[in-house]
Amino acid sequence: MHAEFSYWPPAAVLISLLGTVPILLSDRRPNLREAWTVLISVGKFVLVASMLPAVLAGGGYRFTVAEVLPGAAIALRVDAMGMYFALVASFLWILTSVYSIGYMRALDEHDQTRYYASFAVAMSATIGVAFSANLLTLYLFYEMLSLSTYPLVTHKQDAEARSAGRKYLTYLLGSSVALTLPAMILIYTLTGTLEFTAGGILAGKADASTVSILLVLLVFGFAKAAVMPLHGWLPAAMVAPTPVSSFLHGVAVVKVGVFSILRMVFFVFGTGLLADLNLGAVLTSLASVTIIGASLVALTQDNLKRRLAYSTIGQLSYMILGAGMLNAAGMAGGLLHLSMHAFGKITLFLCAGAIYVAAHRSNISEMDGLGRRMPVTYAAFFLASLSIIGMPPLGGFLSKWSMVVGAVEGGRLLLVAVILVSSLLNAAYFFPIVYRGFFARAAEGGGQEEIREAPVLCLIPLGVTALFCLVLFLWPTLALELIRRVVSP
Amino acid sequence: MTPTNLHMYALAAPLIGAFAVMVAGRYSRRAVAPIVLGVLSFSFAAALAVFLRVLSGGGFRYVVGNWLAPYGIELSVDHLGSLMQVLVSGVALTASVSAVQSVAADLEDRQHLFFTLYLILIAGLHGLVLTADAFNVYVLLEIASITAYGLIALGRGRAIVSSFNYVIMGSTGACFYLLGIGYLYILTGTLNMADLARIIPTLQSGPALATAFSFCLVGLWIKMAFFPLHVWLPNAYSDMPDGAAVLVAPLMTKVTVYLMIRFMFSIFSPAYEFIQHAGVQHIVVNVAAVGIVCASALALGQKDLRRMLTYVIVAEVGYMVGGVWLANAQGMTGAILHIVNDALMTLCLFLAVSAMASRVGGDLGFEHLRGLFRRMPVTMAALSVAALSMIGVPPTCGFFSKWYLLLGGIQAGQWLYAGALIFSSLVNAVLFFRVIEIAYFRTPDESRNGQGHGTPPAGEAPAMMLQPLVVSAAALIAVGLATGPLVQNVIRFALPGGI
Repeated sequence: MHAEFSYWPPAAVLISLLGTVPILLSDRRPNLREAWTVLISVGKFVLVASMLPAVLAGGGYRFTVAEVLPGAAIALRVDAMGMYFALVASFLWILTSVYSIGYMRALDEHDQTRYYASFAVAMSATIGVAFSANLLTLYLFYEMLSLSTYPLVTHKQDAEARSAGRKYLTYLLGSSVALTLPAMILIYTLTGTLEFTAGGILAGKADASTVSILLVLLVFGFAKAAVMPLHGWLPAAMVAPTPVSSFLHGVAVVKVGVFSILRMVFFVFGTGLLADLNLGAVLTSLASVTIIGASLVALTQDNLKRRLAYSTIGQLSYMILGAGMLNAAGMAGGLLHLSMHAFGKITLFLCAGAIYVAAHRSNISEMDGLGRRMPVTYAAFFLASLSIIGMPPLGGFLSKWSMVVGAVEGGRLLLVAVILVSSLLNAAYFFPIVYRGFFARAAEGGGQEEIREAPVLCLIPLGVTALFCLVLFLWPTLALELIRRVVSP
Repeated sequence: MTPTNLHMYALAAPLIGAFAVMVAGRYSRRAVAPIVLGVLSFSFAAALAVFLRVLSGGGFRYVVGNWLAPYGIELSVDHLGSLMQVLVSGVALTASVSAVQSVAADLEDRQHLFFTLYLILIAGLHGLVLTADAFNVYVLLEIASITAYGLIALGRGRAIVSSFNYVIMGSTGACFYLLGIGYLYILTGTLNMADLARIIPTLQSGPALATAFSFCLVGLWIKMAFFPLHVWLPNAYSDMPDGAAVLVAPLMTKVTVYLMIRFMFSIFSPAYEFIQHAGVQHIVVNVAAVGIVCASALALGQKDLRRMLTYVIVAEVGYMVGGVWLANAQGMTGAILHIVNDALMTLCLFLAVSAMASRVGGDLGFEHLRGLFRRMPVTMAALSVAALSMIGVPPTCGFFSKWYLLLGGIQAGQWLYAGALIFSSLVNAVLFFRVIEIAYFRTPDESRNGQGHGTPPAGEAPAMMLQPLVVSAAALIAVGLATGPLVQNVIRFALPGGI
């Protein structure tokens, strides 16, 4: 791939980081502050999208910030895989920004300036991970993301938020320092570079046992991917305001974890090396356990956001499962699931937030009959849950189908069973919510009558994302085109 | 003033300033700050000029007053030495901006006395980083230590006792060093480092030389508080006035580590330490690893911010000593890089402590830090940057020195040391996030206000304390990003041949 030097990648990363300055300066003027937020999010998306034509033409961009270590600079590079993730993340940030305005104002939350500023920093880190040219830069932005989301997770500043924040940092920072950093140094010692290279850098440089150790270190080191048993931080992080849960803990943060693992699989280990050493099975078995385990736990959760969190844990491992199949269909399915799940899960969370804003309820058992009062929200919820379950004509079907094809091609019928069982479990934990919303009778004197739909600024984003679940089924062309460049460069 | 002796001016300025402060400060309290800041700015500018000259033209040796070695005083202005001189003068200048403010509040009518000692200490440190004579190391180390004893004794609470403890331990260390130097002089008849380096490989008497070597080394270890010889440090550093801590904590231990490097590689050689006495290396690295783990664990037990930081300093000494003794280029690079980085991190942390103390009052027990994020956002932000650097999060500089140290540890197969580094990073994360959490979540305890000497003023620290703090926090990131050029253009030349 020919990547030409350009200032666009740093601009796309830094716009929201520098954007914190006007956001902080307009602390006293909420309208101006939120105008800045939306403006910056749109600007970010435009900057990311402006680099798309070059990527589709087979090129890309690169930018070196500083040559800090021999063979490992702080450098950015825009390629198909990064572009794919950056597009999804920056597009959904616009919708989340709009939603945040409606949500935060409706609940009259405190410290909103800090909230918007931290959000902008987190977004810089997310795009930074997407556009990292090497493992060192990725690590840098990965840590930045953990730290910048800490004030968001602990937004409430009560005892529960404090313990959640503690758990959040213990898992994310602890695993990255204790596992990723040593793995990174080991890779550097073995190869003398940390550069992401198509086909991997480890082939011929490390023996089988070293590669296996590195693989395990990195899968668990990127704990944002929430592979069991390092998943506990995600349900805990649900104490954050819902836009944070929806965007960061449905899309940005968790997908940064998966994206990092996939980057390792494709660009550090190389699928060829993993196939030769038969290490795909490590990925698929870890992922399978998480998929089934998380889905089972999700069944038992009454708090809607926690149920969604466990659903996320399971769905994230699909992407690792797909990549672990190490064949074209499986890997494409895993990558495709990254965007399909993003649109589906963000819709679900946005709906959960809308229900909380409108009815102040967060437990599923208290939501009987709410669907009749909030039809738009519940319709969006229904569509999105169908997509996650993997039903046509919604986006989630495409990715799951592709993974099933991959599993069959690889002759791994066990994996087919995992996907099917998990889809059934998904249905089992989603449908009751929708059923109760539309058909169950509300409890007597529940004050249902006053409940109306959430503010329109909340409704529009969730409507758009729900529609996208459908649109992506009909026109997945762009996503498939970018994925094709990753899977078969 | 010629370019060839600019480094002498950098050294002499604080010395002359010390007497000027003594005399002028007696008559006018307002004369103190301009003199201190003036001489230190001059000294920093001169050190920078020398550094740039060394970068372009290479290092040089300088004979003071044209009295030739081995009898005269010789200085060696090489890459490492002039880097250290920039570090010493830069840290001293930054620290003094804050110290001028905090000392005016803490020691109202003894300011001129404080700054006399302060400037002599800085002059001593300048001398230490430049000297090319083993005996002058002793003299200058005592100048720096004795002034430090005095500065510590000016502090709070049990400062006199802490200072006395330090006097005993410090003097023991000095005796060890002096004895070692005595042995060397008997064996070689010279005290000039270059002469020593030339003569030592030709000597036959192994045990005597080994005694000299180990006496000097132990002396330096006591002075730098290398675990388990660290017991004097936590009390001394946490009791001294904040104005002194911002200078002493970043520089004293780091300069002593630098002296150890000089001693090991400018007087003795890698061949002597790592090949002729191969077993020693392994023991020292493991002791360093144990030291890192123990000091980190002790830091966890502290309930006061200053005391916590002092144990972190002890752990960091283990990083550097271990790195030097890894006996490979990566570890050595990491150790030298960490001297610079740790000085800056410690500076930033103690400047933050000083700024907090100006608003919270002298006692920085954890319970007094509640709600500080809201009251002092800039200070806490700077403290957070320093904390990230201590944990080792890129792009702060702490990450890169830790990177080289880990790389060296893995290459040398010293898994205990590498594991200790990771462990200490994790402990640092716990330590600092505990502080950040208290400052972020807890609201200030209302009942405490109105006690003692009235409520401390609300809001941020004065600008004189805030500006150096922000500068030092920015330096952590700037130096981190400049790691590549720093290693490539400076530290590479400082690595001794043969490792």
